[in-house]
Amino acid sequence: MDHKLYIQDVTLRDGMHAIRHQYTKEQVQEITLALDKAKVDAIEISHGDGLKGGSFNYGFGAHTDWEWLEGIAEKLTHAKLTTLLLPGIATIEDLQRARDLGVESVRIATHCTEADISQQHIEAAKKMGMDVGGFLMMAHMNEPKKLAEQAKLMEDYGADCVYITDSAGALLMDGVIERVKAYRDVLKPETEVGIHCHHNLSLGVANTVVAMQHGANRLDASLAGMGAGAGNAPLEVLIAVIKKMGKEPNCDLYQLMDIADDMIRPLQSRPVRVDRETLSLGYAGVYSSFLLHSERAAEKYGLDTRSILVELGNRNMVGGQEDMIIDVALDMLEKKEK
Amino acid sequence: MEKIKVAIIGSGNIGTDLMIKILRTSDILEMSVMVGIDPASDGLARAKRMGVATCATGISGLIEMPEWNDIKLVFDATSAKAHIFNNSIIEKYEDKRIIDLTPAAIGPFLVPPVNFEDNINVKNVNMVTCGGQATIPIVAAVSKIAKVHYGEIVASIASKSAGPGTRANIDEFTVTTSQAIEKVGGADKGKAIIVLNPAEPPMVMRDTVFTLSENVDPELIRASIHEMVDEVKKYVPGYSLHQAVQFEEIPEDKPVFIEGLGLRHGLKTTVLLQVVGAGHYLPEYAGNLDIMTSAALATGEKLSKLAFANS
Repeated sequence: MDHKLYIQDVTLRDGMHAIRHQYTKEQVQEITLALDKAKVDAIEISHGDGLKGGSFNYGFGAHTDWEWLEGIAEKLTHAKLTTLLLPGIATIEDLQRARDLGVESVRIATHCTEADISQQHIEAAKKMGMDVGGFLMMAHMNEPKKLAEQAKLMEDYGADCVYITDSAGALLMDGVIERVKAYRDVLKPETEVGIHCHHNLSLGVANTVVAMQHGANRLDASLAGMGAGAGNAPLEVLIAVIKKMGKEPNCDLYQLMDIADDMIRPLQSRPVRVDRETLSLGYAGVYSSFLLHSERAAEKYGLDTRSILVELGNRNMVGGQEDMIIDVALDMLEKKEK
Repeated sequence: MEKIKVAIIGSGNIGTDLMIKILRTSDILEMSVMVGIDPASDGLARAKRMGVATCATGISGLIEMPEWNDIKLVFDATSAKAHIFNNSIIEKYEDKRIIDLTPAAIGPFLVPPVNFEDNINVKNVNMVTCGGQATIPIVAAVSKIAKVHYGEIVASIASKSAGPGTRANIDEFTVTTSQAIEKVGGADKGKAIIVLNPAEPPMVMRDTVFTLSENVDPELIRASIHEMVDEVKKYVPGYSLHQAVQFEEIPEDKPVFIEGLGLRHGLKTTVLLQVVGAGHYLPEYAGNLDIMTSAALATGEKLSKLAFANS
């Protein structure tokens, strides 16, 4: 079955990580309307760690998710309003609240081996009449066949699409292709496949493109790469590449370039780029959202960020375990003082 | 004192671990019947091997058994939904008390070192959640010293230690634990997060508590937390502070924005805990199982000493 290309922007969700979840309501409003005008298919808005992510552990946002989301849906002319939910952080009640604010589509995210904790949320979202994506994070930590088994569970619960979510930006192109193929082998033809990349090894666009070539049709990207770690596949670059490949995405390339450079880059207080720290995330296979938290811990305890990140990788920490950054830092401090 | 006869409903991980604890360690409680709904379950098979009467037809089967008359205490380790039904039957029997290990929370939350005394005469008490049992004592320890505006906990457990019931009911964990952080821990606002980690070998349960309280001398908070850790250790030997307690002042001109509270400043306290299980049913990594069943056992024993002593 040939699915239509579907571009989802994550500037206002994954991009939250890059600025410690501090977008103002006005910025969210302005960026959303610009993205809608440039005709992306879907716009995801929430705290970087999904609905109700605001916390000591993940960072408190400048606003609640409800404040960011309200008043947006009614202004959109083309794009779907979407959000993210991590079971264990937010609940079905929170999802209902987002639904009431006009959110039409949601991604339910779990670690790549824990799909079964998403059943109640996926089923509830379908009951609310939403489009639902299953979002299997840290996809590099599970081999293709087993990852596809997890995707199948999400499909069974009712997901319309299942994603390969390379949260650590650690997958190489072959790894992406194997996973897309494994998904297509087991999923029903009508179930869509999605790809969400991080640019830590500079493969954000390349990985997205090979995923598309092998059957993924829902592609995630963000303006100027605005996202955790070295960011996501930069939206304007991805659209340029896809157009050069002869595909016809809905989006307006020049408008996207302008929003990226004029509206987003000035917000990036810590540059979103491949550098020593973000490259280490991809190289060591570490959850990209750990970046700023590790930089803060390194500063507070007088340690090296890269060493903290590598140690988090050695300890097999998964998305959501930001508290273990302090733990690792204190262990390293103790060792250093001895 | 004659031992108090008890039944456990639910032959999954939690029920089975609790059974083993009662059989091996309790001088006060006597395992009478293990109740399940799946005759092929490992928990029921194990109960039979250990010489415990079993019933594979749930609560309706249990009340038909001759042992039922003498049972004084029922531990329910099924699910929130099943507990509502089980409770509706058991509550008709005036001589029986219920300790609820599901997140149903029909009765008040009970965390042994914090509020046991308030609930001595309550027919049905609820044991919150594994993460709640591990962290709420710490929130309460801070509350003893300073007003706690906000209490947040993160429970990280090994994937292998989360049974199907836990997995299908993650929302119940977050909702129940958050409520208990407020009601028992004393925080104005509570938040709970749970993370499953599939690493091999499985990671030992970790719990992190963050509180934001009014500004007081951190040493007073530190001392109160240490005292509380020692209290919990009495019934969960594998419970410990994994790192020194961390403090940070959130200044008034750089407050944090907390949903439901607004802008708040004060003293942030971070407590990193570890719970090593006793290895009764699941191996040591399953501290989440151990702290839940140990809290339920401690509650059952204390109740028995007090409530049933004269009967």
